[in-house]
Amino acid sequence: MLELPAAVRGFGVTFGTIFKKVVTEQYPEDASKYPPKPRFHGRHQLNRWADGLEKCIGCELCAWACPADAIFVQGADNSAEERFSPGERYGRVYQINYTRCIFCGLCIEACPTRALTMTNEFELADNNRADLIYEKQDLLGPMLPGMLAPPHEMVPGTTDSDYYANKITGSVPEQSGPQQNNSQEGAPEQGGAE
Amino acid sequence: MTVTNHTEKTDHVNVVIDGIEMEVPKGTLVIRAAEQIGIEIPRFCDHPLLTPVAACRACLIEIDGVPKPQPACAQVLSEGMNVRTQRSSEMARIAQEGVMEFLLVNHPLDCPVCDKGGECPLQNQAMTVGRAESRFEGEKRTFPKPINVNAQVLLDRERCVSCARCTRFAEEIAGDASLELLERGAQQQVGTANDEPFESYFSGNVVQICPVGALTSASYRFRSRPFDLVSVPTTCEHCASGCSLRTDYRRGTVTRRLAWDDPEVNEEWSCDKGRFAFAYLANGRIDSPLIRENGELRSASWPEAMHFAAAGLAAAGTSAVLVGGRATIEDAYAYSKFARVVLGTDNLDFRARASSTEEAEFLAAHIAGTTLDVTYADVETASQVLLVGFEPEDESPILFLRLRKGVKKGVTVHTVGPLYSLGSEKLSAHWIKANAGSEAQAIKGLDSEVISALDSNSIIFVGERAASSPGALSAVSQLGAKTGARIAWVPRRAGERGALEAGALAGLLPGGRPISDPTARTEIAQAWNIDADSLPAVGVTGNELISAIAQGSINALITAGVDPSDLPNGSELTAGIENADFVVALENHHSEITQRASVVFPVAVVTEKSGSFMNWEGRNKPFSAAFREALTLTDAGVLSMLASAMDVQLNGDTRALRKEMNSLQPWSGSRTELKPHADSVPVGTTLATWRLLIDSSVMQEGEPHLAATARPSLVAVSSAMFEQLGKPEVITVTGPKGSITLPAQVAEVSSESVWLPMNSPESHIYAQLGCGYGEVVTVKGGAA
Repeated sequence: MLELPAAVRGFGVTFGTIFKKVVTEQYPEDASKYPPKPRFHGRHQLNRWADGLEKCIGCELCAWACPADAIFVQGADNSAEERFSPGERYGRVYQINYTRCIFCGLCIEACPTRALTMTNEFELADNNRADLIYEKQDLLGPMLPGMLAPPHEMVPGTTDSDYYANKITGSVPEQSGPQQNNSQEGAPEQGGAE
Repeated sequence: MTVTNHTEKTDHVNVVIDGIEMEVPKGTLVIRAAEQIGIEIPRFCDHPLLTPVAACRACLIEIDGVPKPQPACAQVLSEGMNVRTQRSSEMARIAQEGVMEFLLVNHPLDCPVCDKGGECPLQNQAMTVGRAESRFEGEKRTFPKPINVNAQVLLDRERCVSCARCTRFAEEIAGDASLELLERGAQQQVGTANDEPFESYFSGNVVQICPVGALTSASYRFRSRPFDLVSVPTTCEHCASGCSLRTDYRRGTVTRRLAWDDPEVNEEWSCDKGRFAFAYLANGRIDSPLIRENGELRSASWPEAMHFAAAGLAAAGTSAVLVGGRATIEDAYAYSKFARVVLGTDNLDFRARASSTEEAEFLAAHIAGTTLDVTYADVETASQVLLVGFEPEDESPILFLRLRKGVKKGVTVHTVGPLYSLGSEKLSAHWIKANAGSEAQAIKGLDSEVISALDSNSIIFVGERAASSPGALSAVSQLGAKTGARIAWVPRRAGERGALEAGALAGLLPGGRPISDPTARTEIAQAWNIDADSLPAVGVTGNELISAIAQGSINALITAGVDPSDLPNGSELTAGIENADFVVALENHHSEITQRASVVFPVAVVTEKSGSFMNWEGRNKPFSAAFREALTLTDAGVLSMLASAMDVQLNGDTRALRKEMNSLQPWSGSRTELKPHADSVPVGTTLATWRLLIDSSVMQEGEPHLAATARPSLVAVSSAMFEQLGKPEVITVTGPKGSITLPAQVAEVSSESVWLPMNSPESHIYAQLGCGYGEVVTVKGGAA
């Protein structure tokens, strides 16, 4: 059999590959072409009930579950004047430190109200540590149609059990009482940042 | 265990638990015996310091020969009993699982929002003996939640397992039996009659002993979870009871304090003041040294302030040191040494309150250097207890609990004073009526019955108020000598007993050594490495000291933790400080004194330093710092720096000071005698007053829930005086400075006295009336 010269033979792989489909992903130019998988563990999100109240009850189970000690939560009382979540307690301070987070997802498994879930957002790089500590307002989910920014009352005639049973479909006009004016995207006073 | 021992123990029984043979004292409960061999039986209602009720049924066990399971917490072991717990008996295991399932039927399982979650006996035991899945499909019982049993304690009734720990505590330990189990069956709930608040100085204990999250405190509710708290043992700094407490903190902030176990002192209890009053530790602190320049205080660096203070003290003439009653024993010792060695003065006093020369002599003669002469344990076994100028419930609440325990065991309490208080009632005390200020006559005129009952097994407790009643301490001393009864002095503030031991009182060197005694001077001079001749002569104390400051014969002053408003002659002191040449204040909060001081040094609070408080027994209760990283200095540390700025070496290290104090042998030489002081009979209506446990004191600031549990400010008069005044709704009491008008209350008050709280909202005796305990006031019905 005719043997190709060694110099040509050495290019076999090269030439063969030229005609194969390209696997390189052009990031960040073509990032939108390659979304992460649906279950990818990305940045966290603090969810809301359909009427805009926060699901977080400040129980700190996420913080306790966290193997990297990346989460800090401080609970507080919902009062008659300021209600942020159904029931008695809400998370007044909520911080996730993304310089520590290892995206293992144990926190979202620990969450008893499914307040904490993970999005697919992975572009979390920054040039300083302080900005990588995400506060509650950075983590809260968007205000969808039908939602009203807390603090505000629960839907009249319902209890916290109705919220947990997913019976709330959206806010009603009665909820936009005088509380609405002093709300700032559902973010209460931030404290305890250390 | 030897065989001889074995046969001697006729008061023991032989039993078998889970096949393990053991010998226990007669009367031992199954649950206690099982604990000793490491077998844990589930329990909720069982508490070693409360009587057994077998209310929760969680501890069911099998006893051979008994057909049904029995509660281990109420079953007394008898000879030959064969007990089988859940470890070896299927019957016990099934019974326990069944009870757990029933308990969880109505429990909301809201652990994520419950303060108890993470340290909850129900949570833990449901995990060990409970089922993984509930079989209950019905609707759980619910109640509106939470409700206040008082301003501080909140109740979530649906979490309650009806164990009756709180109700038993209220009745048996505190003696405030207003907490009860109401209703029947599934509706059974804890509550108070007519929804009136649960009034008790010990209400915080029910939160701590609740085995579920049914009782929580308003101040800690939702503030943090137990699993991310750091716990450190500490000693309570509020009063001279000397309770062991546990401080829980998170990220440099104290979140709560709990009673800690010290069987010799507080058992497992604490009062609400010790438990809830800690906001002052963080709020309103002075954070840097301050020096006065052109009449204004400005912050300065430590070296600058040190040199300023050293120069000022060196330039001034005669000096004095007022230690206050809040210093640890090590700090008090440092003041004592600093005054004698650096300032060369004996003008020294730790009593920032009404005091007398008689009291100083009494302390030198009877108390200083006599540690653990009378203890808490003695209170339980005493034959008679006589209280003089002392209201245990307000002034030493843990001693009050021990007295109650003693009373249940047969101790008779006599109280000499102008008011038969709620506390006296709870002690079933025998009231020896005495108008405020004439206690001495009452003691001298005691019934022969009482006198003959007093023996060497009796205790006379003297409070700080006895100092305001001329002759009372002399009378006590004579009574003690005559009957052989032991005398114990119970100051109110945590540091006073230690300061006395450290020699922070003119005339007394550490360990109760009289400064006038040559041997005592030599011993101390040796320990301090100085020449005995350089120790100063006897200085002045108390009111004389304050007069000397006011008159300008003392013109340099060091004060620590002194608030002039605590003194009957506080205005004299502030005026004196105003005119003094140089005043150094060591404080952690601003006060009347810091506003006038030449230099202010910030000092550490109890969470930031280690040290020890000596309680009224003379028991040393050491504690270590919670926040080791705190950048504050102890009083001794500041004094050490100040001394070196004045070219004297003085070790300011807490441990070194402790060691130095311990190296001093107990004083065996002669003590100064208490010369009998004359008593005086005030003519007219006299003022009876003391500080309530929960009042307007500086260390209770910033605690609105605690303040709301305080007793209301009222004027208490006898029913005869009430009639005489024309049954008014309010009564006005007038002193030299002004008057106080408060709602009238008819109480058991001696005929020539009127009682009102000393430092409560709307009743600040010294500031408003300008007189003190035992002084004559005018009483009028209606407003001023």
